[in-house]
Amino acid sequence: MVSAVVMAESVRCVECGICTYNCPLGIDVRTHARLGQPVADSYCLTCGDCVARCPRGTLRLEASAVFDEGASPFPGMR
Amino acid sequence: MTRRYVIVGNGPAGVTAAETIRRHDAAGEITIVGDENVPFYSRPGLAYLLTGTIPEKQLFSRPDSDYARQRLQRKVGKVQAIDPRGHQITLADGRSLAYDRLLLAIGARALRPEIPGIDLEGVVTLDNLEDARRILRLARRAKRACVVGGGITAVELAEGLAAQRVETHYLMRKDRYWGGVLDPQESTLVETRLADERIRVHRGVDLAAVVERRGRVVAIDTRSGARLPCDLLAVAIGTQPRLDLARQAGLATGRGIWTDDTFRTSDADIYAAGDAAEVLDPGTGERVLDSLWSVAIEQGKAAGENLCGVDQPYRREAPFNVTRIGGVTTTLIGAVGSGARDEDLVTLSRGDSQAWRERLDAFAVVSDAGANRLRVLLGADRIVGAVVMGDQTLSRPLQHLIRGRIDIRPVRDHLIQRPSEVIQVLKGFAQRTVPLAAV
Repeated sequence: MVSAVVMAESVRCVECGICTYNCPLGIDVRTHARLGQPVADSYCLTCGDCVARCPRGTLRLEASAVFDEGASPFPGMR
Repeated sequence: MTRRYVIVGNGPAGVTAAETIRRHDAAGEITIVGDENVPFYSRPGLAYLLTGTIPEKQLFSRPDSDYARQRLQRKVGKVQAIDPRGHQITLADGRSLAYDRLLLAIGARALRPEIPGIDLEGVVTLDNLEDARRILRLARRAKRACVVGGGITAVELAEGLAAQRVETHYLMRKDRYWGGVLDPQESTLVETRLADERIRVHRGVDLAAVVERRGRVVAIDTRSGARLPCDLLAVAIGTQPRLDLARQAGLATGRGIWTDDTFRTSDADIYAAGDAAEVLDPGTGERVLDSLWSVAIEQGKAAGENLCGVDQPYRREAPFNVTRIGGVTTTLIGAVGSGARDEDLVTLSRGDSQAWRERLDAFAVVSDAGANRLRVLLGADRIVGAVVMGDQTLSRPLQHLIRGRIDIRPVRDHLIQRPSEVIQVLKGFAQRTVPLAAV
């Protein structure tokens, strides 16, 4: 199973807050962005709205393997 | 003994320095003095406030609770004088503050041309939140605005005014936009987008005077004798580091406050960083000015470390910025300029670097595809600069190849011989040569 996470590169962030303003769940994306931390919020839908709206290319969606396929905790489900 | 740190300036360099000091010195007294009665906010975000993309409250990225949590005292006041011998500063209201180490992170202010009428209320610049509020207030009753200047700020002002439904005219002194940094095709790309946003671009117009009636702007006069009626004039001809305090204190200054590569000024206990500072680059032996948010943060961090005794010489990276210019997402990195003088700017504008104007011995590889354009400048063994407009596929890979000074000789000939393959080649090369997570 593959999920995604919003990653941030702080050197591009100017703290304008467009990301946070547009997050449908009100996650404070900006604080993650300015600190260069992934948006590790369990409520994040990974809808990509913040990624698309950031005028500086600070954010990107990156695939993250939640479960290693070879060691799936759900046998038979890939 | 508890060390007293006083930081003048509540912008990115000052606040980053304060946060850095706190990480190294748990006991020190840290006071930030700012002349605006608000906590830290995003100055680049003012452009998005003008376009209505975000409301004002969204600009504040560090609430007062952030200062309190880190035990940073924030004081509001205008610093009147520094007494280097007595180790204290005096505020305009008579208060004084003693320091062991002082940081001047006081930024730069917008310049205005010396012409009649330039101090009227309807003539605006964009330095701070108060300026943005004033522009929005004036735009509510303005029918027509003129914008003069160059660089990123002039276009942000034009787009902001157009978004506020003011008929907006952008006046350029020569024949194209930002000629010191962009090449002719890149200028055209921006000008075309401005026209799409119903901003009227005029070339070869030199401002001579602002015309007033009963204290209000009613027109501008040009040097060729034309008169253009307008209610508002926005000016972005460049910024000037704030030098008054440093000069009064007897510190060495040039274009900015002179510092060595540890951000120390000519006084051993006074440091400077950010837009106000002209910092020695040990790589070239020259002093440089930048007006970039990311550089101010990098400098604030390095200055903060030096202030509290962590010996940390500054390593200047290739300056870069990613922003929308006339709606075109644009990455600028390193030396990309023509070396030519920019007629619309007398100094750096905000979001600008003198490094971009440099013309180095380099071969330009260009890729054009409609609204997307890429220009990569190849030195003998590394990429010295790049402009990425529109499609940003190569923005991050180029950032890392240039800032990391990666040896590009393995692909250099390929790029020169087959410029149409530049995107695939550089993307692949970056993935092979820099950490995967970075690109």
